[in-house]
Amino acid sequence: MLILKLNSNIMRKSILAVIAIATIQFVTAQTPEERGLQIAKAAEEADLGFKSSSVELKMILKNKNGQTSERTMTTRTLELTEDGDKSLIAFNSPKDVKGTATLTFTHKVGSDDQWLYLPSIKRVKRISSNNKSGPFVGSEFAYEDLSSQEVEKYTYKFLEEKGNLLIVEQDPVDPKSGYTRRVVTYNQDKGYRIEKVEFYDRKNALLKTLTYSDYKLYKDKFWRAGTFNMVNHQSNKETLLKFSDYNFGIDLSDEDFSQVALQRAGN
Amino acid sequence: MNALKKAGNFANKFAKNWAQLVIRFKWPVLVLTLLLAIGLGSQGKMEFDGDYHVFFSETNPELEAFDALQEKYTKDDNIILVLAPSDKNIFTRENLTAIEALTAEAWNTPYSSRVDAVTNFQYTRAVGDDLYVDDLSYQSEDKTDEEIKQIREIALKEPLLVHRIINTEGSVTAINVTVRLPGEDSAAEIPEVTEATRKMVLEFQQQYPQFEVYTTGLVPLNTAFFESAQNDLALIGIMLIIVFIVTFLLTRNIFATIATIFVVLFSIISAVGFVGITGIKLTPPSSVFPTMILTLAVADSIHILITMLQKVRNDGYSKKDALVESMRLNFMPVFITSLTTVIGFLTMNFGDVPPFWHLGNITAFGMTMAFLYSTTTLPALMAIFPIWKSKKVVKKEKIGWYSRMGHFVTRQPARLAIISLAIIAVLTFLATKNVFNDEFVEYFDTSVKFRSDSDFINDNLTGFYNVEFSVGSGESGGINNPEYLRKLNDFENWLDEQPEVVHVNAFSEVARRVNRSMHGDDQSYYKVPANREEAAQYLLLYELSLPFGLDLNNQINVDKSETRVTATLKNISSAEMIAFSERSEQWLKNNTDKPMHALGVSPTMMFSKLGFRQADSMFNGNIIALILISLVLMLALRSLRLGLMSIIPNVTPVLVGFGIWALYKGQINTGMVIVFGMTLGIIVDDTVHFMSKFLRARRELGYDSKQAVIYAFETVGRALVTTTIVLVAGFAVLSTSAFALNSYMARITVIIILSALIIDFILLPSLLILINKKTDEELETNKLKSE
Repeated sequence: MLILKLNSNIMRKSILAVIAIATIQFVTAQTPEERGLQIAKAAEEADLGFKSSSVELKMILKNKNGQTSERTMTTRTLELTEDGDKSLIAFNSPKDVKGTATLTFTHKVGSDDQWLYLPSIKRVKRISSNNKSGPFVGSEFAYEDLSSQEVEKYTYKFLEEKGNLLIVEQDPVDPKSGYTRRVVTYNQDKGYRIEKVEFYDRKNALLKTLTYSDYKLYKDKFWRAGTFNMVNHQSNKETLLKFSDYNFGIDLSDEDFSQVALQRAGN
Repeated sequence: MNALKKAGNFANKFAKNWAQLVIRFKWPVLVLTLLLAIGLGSQGKMEFDGDYHVFFSETNPELEAFDALQEKYTKDDNIILVLAPSDKNIFTRENLTAIEALTAEAWNTPYSSRVDAVTNFQYTRAVGDDLYVDDLSYQSEDKTDEEIKQIREIALKEPLLVHRIINTEGSVTAINVTVRLPGEDSAAEIPEVTEATRKMVLEFQQQYPQFEVYTTGLVPLNTAFFESAQNDLALIGIMLIIVFIVTFLLTRNIFATIATIFVVLFSIISAVGFVGITGIKLTPPSSVFPTMILTLAVADSIHILITMLQKVRNDGYSKKDALVESMRLNFMPVFITSLTTVIGFLTMNFGDVPPFWHLGNITAFGMTMAFLYSTTTLPALMAIFPIWKSKKVVKKEKIGWYSRMGHFVTRQPARLAIISLAIIAVLTFLATKNVFNDEFVEYFDTSVKFRSDSDFINDNLTGFYNVEFSVGSGESGGINNPEYLRKLNDFENWLDEQPEVVHVNAFSEVARRVNRSMHGDDQSYYKVPANREEAAQYLLLYELSLPFGLDLNNQINVDKSETRVTATLKNISSAEMIAFSERSEQWLKNNTDKPMHALGVSPTMMFSKLGFRQADSMFNGNIIALILISLVLMLALRSLRLGLMSIIPNVTPVLVGFGIWALYKGQINTGMVIVFGMTLGIIVDDTVHFMSKFLRARRELGYDSKQAVIYAFETVGRALVTTTIVLVAGFAVLSTSAFALNSYMARITVIIILSALIIDFILLPSLLILINKKTDEELETNKLKSE
């Protein structure tokens, strides 16, 4: 009897242990898809509340044999929560496109809206919304690489965790995207900032790698990279983006992202 | 003279000792040579490289210019898939849907960077005040009849499509797949792309059987090179059978035939080892090396075997004595002919075309080994094999054909010499009328699918050849300068008017169409913008509107200071191509400022100039070969005068060959440039044999020159005819190649070898008699005196 009792005690304990482990497993037993989405949402969350910002941007294009070309522009962004962010990019150089500016309303679902102001003819033109996979002003960045990264634009799959780095695969929802997938490296210790993105083309071959560096923390909360370096592995061309003078105190509103504002933007 | 004679005696003694040594140690010799051949062969590795770049040395200026252009824009090779529906109308719902499906599938081609088709053509139009850039036909299966009619109208009026992607009738269309090969291992990358493309086409045709599909482009060109290298390598099989039969007929002895096959196979296996050790990748020109070695090496064995068998059959020698005697008589001639052949092939290194360096070096190595095996393995094997005396008594050849030939020549040396020289002069004049033509599509004969597909595309849609210009503006962003755009537009128009041109692709067309769309599709604005800011901002808008892979980066450099102009041309000859390019360069010089001046470059241009470049660079090599080979002859014949005279029968066959070629084809290609050095090394054998017998008759037998000529005919006439038959058979096999660099080279070599035999039988003896007239008279008086 005694033996039996003892046995049942052990049994009870082990059953409890099994239940406990199962519960823990159940809590953490996310599918990779859920974990990926969770990370993307965490990243979005971490960047909430910056309201608006402006930054100066220098774009340096390099081809295979080292010839370079530069463009400079000013970017303003307005944070929106119900729908995607609004942004306005105004070109400062080269001279012949000075004053040209694009206005973009990103949407969480469906195609973004985009306009371009051409100072030479003083007109605002709408840009075909379904072509956003092409290169942005001859650079290695596609427009879709630069636009606001809304969570809804991708489906997710968590791949692995390497120390503080979380690696997530993102598949674009838009069938006209130039990519089959992107592999994004988040830094979970640094507000889920993105360290690196690898882009795979339609035949699922590695096309480009974007590396973020010179990160700075603004307002104790928002990580912003000073340098984006995009390398195209297939053409061996490269584009460098250098950001300077981040300004989070600019306090922009909807009126600063209207077509009227677009026409003033370059001045 | 004395020293040379001593050397001659030494050589005789050496050959004799060598033969005895080989016979004594026949088994060890056989095993050692077998091990050597296997040892070398085990290092062998046959890899093929079909990339057309292999034809150009790193310093080739046309290649450098083309590479520079590709680095400025994009480096791209392409595959053109041409679809011809059986109902002869691209513009039906079914056919457009099929084209759209294949276009989507084509994006999956390995290394693809861009796919251009009629369906994904970026149609630019104004809607209200906005610019719309979109696929010409997206989701074609949902289009109404009316929409399809509109698409047809737009497409057939579109200058960027007609003669490039569709024909004027709308019955044939192309899908142009641009691939960016990493170029790390073209021997692997090209087959990878080809395999994927073929699979894609096969699946497409199963699903849509109403389409005929034709394939061309630079990747298929590379594949055709690749496959013709493999096919030409396979010619070795036919040649082995021929060698077996010819050797058997000539020797009438199965063991001799087997021994010969051993020698040639050992030589080829060793050469394969050489290919592996040096890491040479085979290309169509170098892939003929086994057949070349086989053809040239078999002659060595035949000389040794025929003498040996004659000694056994006719002179009653024992097997061993016959072998030693044959070795003694043939060691030096075989050595000399091997040496001259090796020199001839090594001169290919002077050229500018790497595949011919490889051919020259592999064959030279193979021939060196053939000499070694002919003087070791062959006698060892013959010493091991029994000799079956045939029961039939071989009839001793009656005073036959060769003697009569000798008498015929000795009767009228002056007349024959004059007639021959006159014919040679006429043919030499004709030889200068040959023109270079390296149209790479025509390298392949019509049995090759690449050729027939390319011909279809040339006849029905567009051209395969092109010339490209990188036209600069001289300043960053200067391509938006209205002055530049106007001049570029003029150049585009001028090109369009040229009779050779099928299609022109220039940035001015983009500038015109965007300008028109920015003005509500008003046709009167179908001209380049008149204001720089407008041009720059329109371009910015247009570029923002293009989808993935269909951008302008292949046409505009990063700095926006230069644009690429591509003129697609009809099938024209290399000379016309060069003339067209020079005319275009001149137009730019006459009509534009310095920054806009540009050179015409393209793979087409690279091949067009290849023959000239090869001929220029081979010139020195040929002179050196001639000097070296004449020196060898002088030493071998121990006579300066005859050595110099031998230049005539050695050089004239090539002149005659090219003269006859002018009547036959009139066009020569890069492959034929090498034949001078190569055939010189081969045909010199005839001269050596004939002159040495002539000298022997005079020196040892005291004949006058006429008698000596008859003696030479009687002793070597048959041997010369025999080797000529073997050589002609070998090169005739190569001339069946579907690849013109090889087949033309082989054909002219056949003509040259035959000419060489005729010249050695008619002109050479006539000259020998004529230049020895004086010494003959002395001989006569000496004879009289002694009597």
